[in-house]
Amino acid sequence: MTAKRLAPAGRVPRVLWLPAALALALVTLPVVGLLLRTDYARLPSLLTSAASLHALRLSLSTAALSTVLCVLLGVPLAVVLARSALRGVRVLRAVVLLPLVLPPVVGGFALLYTLGRTGFVGYLLDVTTGIQVPFTTGAVVIAQTFVAMPFLVVSVEGALRATGEDYERVAATLGARPSTVFSRVTCPLLLPALGSGVVLSFARALGEFGATITFAGSLEGVTRTLPLEVYNQASVNIDSAVALSLLLIVIAILVIVVARPRSIEGVRA
Amino acid sequence: MYKVTAAVLVALLALSGCTTASSKETLTVFAASSLTEVFGTLEQRFERAHPEVDVQISYDGSSTLAEQLAQGASADVFASADAKIMSEVARKGLVEGAPKPFATNALTIAVQQGNPLGITGLSDLAREELTTVACQPQVPCGNAARELLARHGVTPSFDSEESEVKSVMSKVLIGEADAGLVYVTDVLADSDNVDGVTIPGAKQVRNTYPIATLDDAGPLADDFQRYVIEQGQGALRSAGFGPPR
Repeated sequence: MTAKRLAPAGRVPRVLWLPAALALALVTLPVVGLLLRTDYARLPSLLTSAASLHALRLSLSTAALSTVLCVLLGVPLAVVLARSALRGVRVLRAVVLLPLVLPPVVGGFALLYTLGRTGFVGYLLDVTTGIQVPFTTGAVVIAQTFVAMPFLVVSVEGALRATGEDYERVAATLGARPSTVFSRVTCPLLLPALGSGVVLSFARALGEFGATITFAGSLEGVTRTLPLEVYNQASVNIDSAVALSLLLIVIAILVIVVARPRSIEGVRA
Repeated sequence: MYKVTAAVLVALLALSGCTTASSKETLTVFAASSLTEVFGTLEQRFERAHPEVDVQISYDGSSTLAEQLAQGASADVFASADAKIMSEVARKGLVEGAPKPFATNALTIAVQQGNPLGITGLSDLAREELTTVACQPQVPCGNAARELLARHGVTPSFDSEESEVKSVMSKVLIGEADAGLVYVTDVLADSDNVDGVTIPGAKQVRNTYPIATLDDAGPLADDFQRYVIEQGQGALRSAGFGPPR
């Protein structure tokens, strides 16, 4: 924010304008295409069908739950990654990024072979507690948390590294214990980044498809979230699929509008 | 480093050249996913009989393929797993000539090898403690499943409804599902890994598979259609399909 402007405004090289316009068109035109294809007269009835409402309710509740899990587990992980002097933390950082670059369907298979009945954790769970994870709403939440967690960890960890440890060191020299430093100094500094991380994780969880259909299956009201319902309807009732897609776009735009300023702050902080 | 990269790129180019740069004529076939194994065999035989032709087959749920065709996907031949979906495609004017039936299929229950849970019939699909999977009602295998269950008065408690029959098979194959409602041909194709539980009266609910050439398809499409209907019967029968009605 205090960076000097290196070039006066309005001096963007002209050669960049064409590719920039193409990039913008690539992002916006598909949305326009969908808007043009939407059957607005039937939109209310399409969106309020039992299957759509089930999917919407399931999507919002599972995405919210996964976001909470991302915060509860991801913030401590980010702090450890940013502040720990332990060897091997670098490797851990790379590992945490894995779900971000992995095709979600691969993530789904990985989860299946870990938490499924034939997977080692899933087998232990089944034998000791009788709990079976696949095909449950819990499996949806796990799949979403798996893919969304890196967004939160990356935001928070980036902010921690950027702010440095000066404030924390001062607090410690004034006699604060590590837990006090964390709750009174670290956490407030993190809030903007946490905000953007939460929004990004929620959006990613809401859009999750590949890992969910692989790991959790597809059953109305239990595991068939909005993206799965869109996929489901696409082969049966394309108008309904388009209407649900529009709904997802509206939610996405809301997310951006609500979180944009903070999100950008978080990235730069 | 650059030399290595360049060598890799050249190798990739050479590899891709082998498969695409030939002057072969391409015949694109859209086929129901339950036809995966048998059409794989027919593809090889057809290509052997017509060395100048490269048959490319896209397998998916029939309704997914029908929707892709409606959205303008370019294909020469469509083989669907039931007559209803084919007639919808025909109604949209996408089919050339009349679709012709070439096979029938019936349902069975795919279970883990050795049937460790002692599944004996459709009524087991209502057992809450079992993990059961079927096709969703909109695709042919799901439509047939629903009809069959209704005839037997069984209200199943499925744990997942898949968009095509091979996804149901895969859930049983990887051991996540105890039972899956699939076609007899699917179990036969994977008889090394799963067992089938015969459903009494399953043959009363039989799907008829029609095959059609699509709008703007070349004469090759007619050849392939005829090949499936005539020469294909042997392969279809050994894969477990019934004769067309």
